[in-house]
Amino acid sequence: MSFLNSYIYYIGAFGLIFIGLYIILVKHNLIKVIVGLGILDTGVNLFLISVGYITKGTAPIFSRPGIDSEHMVDPVPQALVLTAIVIGVAVLALALSLAIRLYQHYGTLNLRRIKEQRW
Amino acid sequence: MRRIVSILLLVIVAFGISLSLAKIPFGTLKTKVGRHYINEGVKETGATNIVTSVVVSYRGFDTLGEVTVLFIAAIGLGAVLTTSRKEKIRKIEPASLILSTGCRLLFPLILVFGTYVFIHGHLTPGGGFQGGAIIASGFLLIYLGCRERRISRTASNLAESLGGLIFVVIGLLGLVFGGYFLLNFLPKGTANALFSAGVIPIIYIAIGFKVGSELASIIDNLIEES
Repeated sequence: MSFLNSYIYYIGAFGLIFIGLYIILVKHNLIKVIVGLGILDTGVNLFLISVGYITKGTAPIFSRPGIDSEHMVDPVPQALVLTAIVIGVAVLALALSLAIRLYQHYGTLNLRRIKEQRW
Repeated sequence: MRRIVSILLLVIVAFGISLSLAKIPFGTLKTKVGRHYINEGVKETGATNIVTSVVVSYRGFDTLGEVTVLFIAAIGLGAVLTTSRKEKIRKIEPASLILSTGCRLLFPLILVFGTYVFIHGHLTPGGGFQGGAIIASGFLLIYLGCRERRISRTASNLAESLGGLIFVVIGLLGLVFGGYFLLNFLPKGTANALFSAGVIPIIYIAIGFKVGSELASIIDNLIEES
């Protein structure tokens, strides 16, 4: 039980990462691959946040004077993830636009049928 | 076949990662620099939201780089999607009265909320990226609800360029006044006041405009194409 208590967040984050990787490796539909990329992105963000967590942690914001700063969580991973989310959205949008172009050019989103992409 | 190979690969990777993760304890402080930011951040930057002081002040140069990544992604999306734009007039079915009226009612409230989030970025949870995303969601609502409305390209390009320009100019002013890029050269004021923390709110407002207009132009490009 203590094992679950101390590692459940890591397990969940890496579960998401492996689901995303599996989708990227196995699926043939380009839209599904992009969805897998999004799930992978979420898993990485969750992992970074859970690395910075402190037991009984609070947000690192001094919203009133005399607030206890002992249990504030690490602000560095939060700052990294804050920008990583926005970058993730931009990357997803770029990938979707490329998928639109591929569909217009080949008439299909199946990666097996797009000749240059076969592996 | 490919499925089996992929699962095998993932199991091997998972085993390696679990070996290394077992050494990292959960829920304890790991970085000295994070503790330093919490203890000295309010004194050094004047912002009570430590995440904001990390994003804009301590790691401001990184943030400039990440804003640039977002800018390049938006440019790339526009370049990919507009190469063969066909000038055909599509018949747009107008939305129903309830939908369009609701959108028109909600849109200014969403804009006000997004502006509130990025103006108070140095005091409360939130900031330029979050406020910009909220503002872009308001534009998405307009695109879905009032279908014949379009944002002005020139206005969004102007807001985007102005936001980036303000960020860089403030960084260069720090170089002029104190000797290094993105120096907090304005007075820091008292903590927890709206006008405090020197250049941090100005930079975050610039980021808010930039992110909001960039995400709105991404939405515009994707909807024009579909």
